[in-house]
Amino acid sequence: MRILDFDYMLGLVPILLRYLPLTLQMAAAGMALALVLSCGLAVIRVLRIPGLNAATMLFISFFRGTPLLVQLFLFYYGLPQVLAFLTQINGITATIMGLTLHFSAYMAESIRAAIVGVDRSQTEAALSIGMTNSQLMRRIVLPQATRVAVPTLMNYFIDMIKATSLAFTLGVTELMGATQKEAAGSFLYFEAFITVAVMYWIIVELLAWFQRWLEGRLNRAYRR
Amino acid sequence: MIRIANLVKRFGDNTVLDGIDLEIEQGEIIVVIGPSGTGKSTLLRCINFLERPDAGRLVIGDLDVDVTRASRADILAARRRTAFVFQNYALFAHKTALENIAEGLIVVNRWSKAKAHARAREILQRIGLADRADAYPASLSGGQQQRVGIGRAMAAQAEVILFDEPTSSLDPEWVEEVLALMKQLARERQTMLVVTHEMSFARDVADRVVFMEGGRIVEQGPPSQLFNAPRDPRTQDFLRKILGGQPSAAVS
Ligand SMILES: Nc1ncnc2c1ncn2[C@@H]1O[C@H](COP(=O)(O)OP(=O)(O)OP(=O)(O)O)[C@@H](O)[C@H]1O
Ligand SMILES: [Mg+2]
Repeated sequence: MRILDFDYMLGLVPILLRYLPLTLQMAAAGMALALVLSCGLAVIRVLRIPGLNAATMLFISFFRGTPLLVQLFLFYYGLPQVLAFLTQINGITATIMGLTLHFSAYMAESIRAAIVGVDRSQTEAALSIGMTNSQLMRRIVLPQATRVAVPTLMNYFIDMIKATSLAFTLGVTELMGATQKEAAGSFLYFEAFITVAVMYWIIVELLAWFQRWLEGRLNRAYRR
Repeated sequence: MIRIANLVKRFGDNTVLDGIDLEIEQGEIIVVIGPSGTGKSTLLRCINFLERPDAGRLVIGDLDVDVTRASRADILAARRRTAFVFQNYALFAHKTALENIAEGLIVVNRWSKAKAHARAREILQRIGLADRADAYPASLSGGQQQRVGIGRAMAAQAEVILFDEPTSSLDPEWVEEVLALMKQLARERQTMLVVTHEMSFARDVADRVVFMEGGRIVEQGPPSQLFNAPRDPRTQDFLRKILGGQPSAAVS
């Protein structure tokens, strides 16, 4: 048992903060791409587009059924061996790609559930006044589905921020990778990892606070 | 004018509408009655193409379609010439009373928001909800929601408003205000096709009552004739059941 080296920990914070932007950027890029992809997948599932529907179900099943770390290794180490044009893939790209595909599989299912959860009679009402299918989607279904899906999607974003730490296994020096290097230099593993843990924790708590605020706003809107 | 000729609708091998012929004059108020499962809702839904009919011809104002060949454009045109009032109101939950009424004008008729909202306010006035313009459906009573549902149909300026049991989901305390609004529309000679179990409404308001059973129109006529002197034994039977004994009670 020894006393924690608080000075070391405080000194570590500004060093690690330099790597925070990369962590957040990977999460933001992954989330943005996953939103686009998952909306597409959800629409395919909702409309049961022949052929694509089966392919989408297979995609979702695979990316939910295998560990994210395995998927990252597959993209970073495995794919370049079979796809020549991927020899240049770097760790950051592979991470963003992995996060996008992995999380879009989960998000597609949440979005699909939110879309089919919109009261069917409202769909009929919109059609009955002569809206086209795309007007119906844009004006009636998606705005309501968004309100239902946003809290869940926020949860996935929080998970994704934490999952960016796996990028260090692909040699990316983000928050976790930087901590690993600092710890290896100082041998103060406990101090280094507790510091980074608290940093992740604070980021997640800030987002959770924002999420609660957003949910409060979204729920209030229907009651006036 | 609306003309429905030989309308047929099947669900699998269940023939729900078995050749319906019906003409509705401009300004006419028609009430459809009949036992449960007889195809009354299906008839209204076919006119609005919420269900795709299997055969028949549909004339709504200047639109004339053979339903088996109806294109996407024909279906939109039919829907724009009709409006639907649903049993469960079916208001857009994320839109205020005002926005529910204005939505079709903005999206379908491509009016400016200002113009659509001005019209919606006029309609709110007429349905007695001017003070609830900014209320969301969740905070309105059932009666108020259904009046907004009727307001939304009024905004469409349709050739005919189709009502499918507009008071059946309402708590008894709200039924009168909805019927009163429908009577007001009837006085303004809004063409209406109403499915209802409210026999007193049929008696007081309808120009013509249509009795359906088994996917067919069995008998139709002015309410005084249909309620007092029904000709077909099936009509007599239905009225006896629903009015508890003497058919004439409906008109007394
Ligand atoms: N989408 C559907 N799929 C299969 N069968 C249906 C469907 N909609 C209605 N039916 C059937 O069609 C028949 C007529 O139904 P419909 O709802 O038109 O009757 P209704 O006269 O409106 O009855 P009610 O007074 O109970 O509302 C019923 O046997 C019903 O089960
Ligand atoms: Mg019905």
